[in-house]
Amino acid sequence: MSTQHISVTVNGEAHEADVEPRLLLVHFLRDNLGLTGTHVGCDTSNCGACTIHVNGESAKSCTMLAVQADGRELKTIEGMATEPTLHPLQQAFWDQHGLQCGFCTPGMIMQAAWLLDDNPAPSEAEIREGISGNLCRCTGYVNIVKAIQQAAGEMAAAAETQTAGTAPVAAG
Amino acid sequence: MIPGQFDYVRPGNLDETLRILKDREGEAKLLSGGYSLIPLIKLRLAQPALLVDLRDVGGLDGITMTDDYLSIGARATHRQIHEAPIVRDTYLLLHDVTATIGDPQVRNWGTIGGSVAHADPASDWPAVLIAAGATIVCRSQTGDRSIPARDFFLDTFQTAIEPTEVLTEIRMPRRPKGTGGAYEKLERKVGDFATAGVAAIVRLGTDGHITSAGIGVTGLAYAPFAATDAEEVLSGNAPSDALFRHAGAAAAAQSSPVGDVRGPIEYKRAMAAELTLRALRRATERALAYA
Amino acid sequence: MTTEAEPRTSAAIGGMGHSVKRKEDPRFIRGKGEYIDDFNLPGQLWLDIVRSPYAHATIKGIDATEALKIPGVLAVITGADLEKAGLHWMPTLAGDKQMVLPTDTVMYQAQEVAAVIATTKYIAADGVAAVTVDYEPLPVIVDPHKAMEADAFVLRPDRGPDKQTNHIWHWESGDRAAADAAIAAAEVTVSEDIYIPRIHVASIETCGCVADWNAVRGQLTLHMTSQAPHAIRTVLALVAGLPEQNIRVITHDIGGGFGGKVPVYPGYVLAVVASLTVGKPVKWIEDRSENLQADSFARDYHIHAELSATKEGKITGLKVKTLADHGYTDAAADPSKFPAGLFNVITGSYDFPDAFVEVDGVYTNKPPGGVAYRCSFRVTEAVHAIERMVDILAHDIGKDPAQLRMENFIQPEQFPYKTPTGWSYDSGNYGRALQLAMDTIDYAGLRREQAEKRERGELMGIGICSFTEIVGAGPSHDFDIIGLKMNDGVSIRVHPTGKVHAYISSQTQGQGHETTYAQIIAEELGFPVQDIKIEYGDTDTAPYGLGTYGSRSTPTSGAAASMASRKILAKSRTLAAHLLEASEDDLEWEPGKFSVKGSPDRFKTIQEIAFAAYTNFPQGMEMGLEAVDYYDPPNLTFPFGSYICVVDIDKGTGRVNIRRFVAIDDCGNIINPMIVDGQIHGGLNMGLAPALYEEITYDELGNNMAGTFMDYLLPTAVESPAWETGKTTTPSPHHPIGAKGVGESATVGAPPAIANAVVDALWHLGVRNIDIPITPQKVWAILHEKGLA
Repeated sequence: MSTQHISVTVNGEAHEADVEPRLLLVHFLRDNLGLTGTHVGCDTSNCGACTIHVNGESAKSCTMLAVQADGRELKTIEGMATEPTLHPLQQAFWDQHGLQCGFCTPGMIMQAAWLLDDNPAPSEAEIREGISGNLCRCTGYVNIVKAIQQAAGEMAAAAETQTAGTAPVAAG
Repeated sequence: MIPGQFDYVRPGNLDETLRILKDREGEAKLLSGGYSLIPLIKLRLAQPALLVDLRDVGGLDGITMTDDYLSIGARATHRQIHEAPIVRDTYLLLHDVTATIGDPQVRNWGTIGGSVAHADPASDWPAVLIAAGATIVCRSQTGDRSIPARDFFLDTFQTAIEPTEVLTEIRMPRRPKGTGGAYEKLERKVGDFATAGVAAIVRLGTDGHITSAGIGVTGLAYAPFAATDAEEVLSGNAPSDALFRHAGAAAAAQSSPVGDVRGPIEYKRAMAAELTLRALRRATERALAYA
Repeated sequence: MTTEAEPRTSAAIGGMGHSVKRKEDPRFIRGKGEYIDDFNLPGQLWLDIVRSPYAHATIKGIDATEALKIPGVLAVITGADLEKAGLHWMPTLAGDKQMVLPTDTVMYQAQEVAAVIATTKYIAADGVAAVTVDYEPLPVIVDPHKAMEADAFVLRPDRGPDKQTNHIWHWESGDRAAADAAIAAAEVTVSEDIYIPRIHVASIETCGCVADWNAVRGQLTLHMTSQAPHAIRTVLALVAGLPEQNIRVITHDIGGGFGGKVPVYPGYVLAVVASLTVGKPVKWIEDRSENLQADSFARDYHIHAELSATKEGKITGLKVKTLADHGYTDAAADPSKFPAGLFNVITGSYDFPDAFVEVDGVYTNKPPGGVAYRCSFRVTEAVHAIERMVDILAHDIGKDPAQLRMENFIQPEQFPYKTPTGWSYDSGNYGRALQLAMDTIDYAGLRREQAEKRERGELMGIGICSFTEIVGAGPSHDFDIIGLKMNDGVSIRVHPTGKVHAYISSQTQGQGHETTYAQIIAEELGFPVQDIKIEYGDTDTAPYGLGTYGSRSTPTSGAAASMASRKILAKSRTLAAHLLEASEDDLEWEPGKFSVKGSPDRFKTIQEIAFAAYTNFPQGMEMGLEAVDYYDPPNLTFPFGSYICVVDIDKGTGRVNIRRFVAIDDCGNIINPMIVDGQIHGGLNMGLAPALYEEITYDELGNNMAGTFMDYLLPTAVESPAWETGKTTTPSPHHPIGAKGVGESATVGAPPAIANAVVDALWHLGVRNIDIPITPQKVWAILHEKGLA
């Protein structure tokens, strides 16, 4: 069978590979690159456990072919922390008990990260709507919402501190 | 979960795309966002020999106002449409529908062209395009065709597109003053296809009567359709709940729903009426607010 | 004791009552969990399964020719191959038998028919698509009532000559004559048919395994998703004839179990057979569709209940007859004496003398199962029935449903309370929980609002559920699964530097055992939680246990952790006495240290004692500081709660909107409040789901109508209410730490609260019962019939 050559950047690292056109992006990440943090939870694009970022937009990697990712920048859960510092969302999920079995968690965090990028101060309804493409069976979503609220607060405060830090000093 | 094998090509422009469609006529399937096609391929319900990825074909995703119509490129994503200022501020019917398609990830990648060409009988866009009297532009090597939405959705998953054509653009008629539109969708849960969906556009005359109305219905027949009997009921009359219920009854009578997991026939017909009522109420409110 | 006490230990130690942040989270939030699909062995092959599109058919022939031509497809296994090794049938955990692969007849849609072994998962899928099977359809039975008819097709001719029927078993509990008499003599009787449909647990991770046969060592290692690894090991030893010491079952991180990862699915056995045959590791991971269409389900109980009472609403008797649809074989992992699980807890939270319960299990052309959905061995079915009946009674006689419950509750002083069906409830304070729920939600205010709204034709409903759960199976004199007693073990070893390594038998699937068990040990011994490592899941090292389901971990394995700790504490006291040169009676213990009574400055920390266990112990004492305990619970434990749900109904569409939901739970003493809350939230969602959304239905040909997530409707965050939770604390008098177990309470309590709320909203229209799931079309049909829509 014929393969296609792809060049993909994943979490800042460049990768080259020859893949079958039918290879799903989630399988490319898990099996070719060994990035098993992105999970498969269904086969009809409903559960969102496979959510990653493609060129900054959240995407269900089970509903994309690896060849569609050619030339694009991907981010997975493995790229969220700047060790030893966790991303505020990772920290918040831990602080707020926003995970139990952990299987939906990477996809949930990736979707939440996209949500907060798009809408830094979401209401509870907007958070619930924002993660409506991600299923969780364990938590009942209550603490996931709290985690996202905590992270939103921290990220907004950090952004403000940054802006304040670079604000020009008043003249005179 | 695992697709069968296929070939893949990613043309760099529209001409190349059209050439491939001609050369491989019948074998080639266009890939836009992929959120309708790839799930089918994974279940092996669709087994195209060649996938033609439109990703690198530029010039197909603009959202621009011309004198007569709002032009939406086929490759515009549902989210891009939702967040376009002109849609958010003026084309509220489009703002409604792009909030309800699938879920956030689907809306990031799914495109209007892909969705419309796929023509799921319970998908949302067709109801809106039918209600609005939109035009669907398809290009082949021999030129462009402009197909009215009402003539586009022929049967279940079947449209008027030829295998050698690419759907390039959707043209929404310019919104005149005194017009308002709304989309009402009933779904079993967020992200589902429509159990029933009704899009309504109402145009009010200076006397406050309805000069014209467009009603598009999805999920309630073998293909999305125009509820022409309901439109006739409305035409020339003063808006009122009683009138809207009458129109709803007409829309319900014109529906031919199938009893299935989304509900029995009687329920779906009743929902045609109920959603028509709700869509007309909101459309009229918006028409009055856009005087 | 009924008040919530402050934690006994400091936050640094983190014993009971502390909301210690979970120790297992660092790997999950980084995507570094180790789920079965993350696990690969060098040279491993892939197994994929050919499945039947028919619910009942004869197999005329299986043609694997085209499949075997595909490069990378190594073998195709059929029932005929397995039959040669006597492996085509195997026992179920309920003492029945199930097919691994059929030799002549398929019995449910999506049943495994052949297995393809290939070098990659993509090629294995191609192999499956290329196998052709010739089927001859047979009559399909999907209705258990039809299955019980005299002339019904006998689905299981393999059973003995005296069992040529689809009737599996009959089970009874209570006193039929007394219940009949109570009902006959009653001033008021209500009776109702209640159907609780089939649902599927659908944890986000599906099932899978890597079977690794090492021929040189004669060792089988089975990496798999299992909630009961030891039971699997023993079953494998019995079935495959491999020596048990050479079988090792290893569970990795599990992405949700909820009972769905207890049964032995054919996929696991096929992977083992494949590995034994080709001598390489074989991996099998099922798709979601396979999971939904073939794996173990829950519920499917057709219940007829009669409740008798005085005209003031004092309950006098209960009679229940149930038809249990088990699919084509009884594979429900129930304790052997309880084929209908703990269904006879159906007398609920109420004090009355006479009850009779009978259940008949029936075969149909559906996948097997019955208890896999966080359901506590049929307690969900039981509680739904009694709570619906109590509500119907209240509405029938015109008494407020909260008031009726209060008047019928078992009172605190009546515990331990012997129910008419033989259970001894350990402790409870039902009135207090209900009162707290009512106060929290402003029950009186809601009833006033409801009255006003009803005047205006608006449909608002308030539903109550006051449930008593029964968990922690169980005492060895009554509880076993295929003969294996349901007692669980924990072993704890303390290292010289005062760090602890504990092996537990239970198997977490998200419940946070790495944290909570450490907290139990911290509570007993005063070691800080961070110094205690909890290990589980490897049958080579973990003590024997019957697995984690039925909310049994804290009641059994948790108790074992406590008891093993106390053995260590006893030895520690001796060591402390030796170090302090005092007598053991003169020592006082507080978490983390022994001190001499009256001389608090003379003490030894538990860490110093640990060191001494290896360096300075009395002559004649064994070195080291460790203990094992296998806990035989003296009784089950009985968590309870009261839930109140408020709904508003959209008359135009029939949609039910949950406006508020207050859940008051009592699970005895709480180990980690944050984790308990999380369990409640999750359980509430798994109660919401079957109440309004989820159902596995079959058409008359046995086609599964909800076989993917497109149609099997798991609630998203949008459908899920902002659950409100609260607690009362009534410790279990017999459990070492007074805890009861909580994982399934909310799944049990939520559906009746929701159903009661909807019926309450519609009662004045003449509605007495609506079976779950209460879909918009069901409500609309009622409103339409009453002329309101």
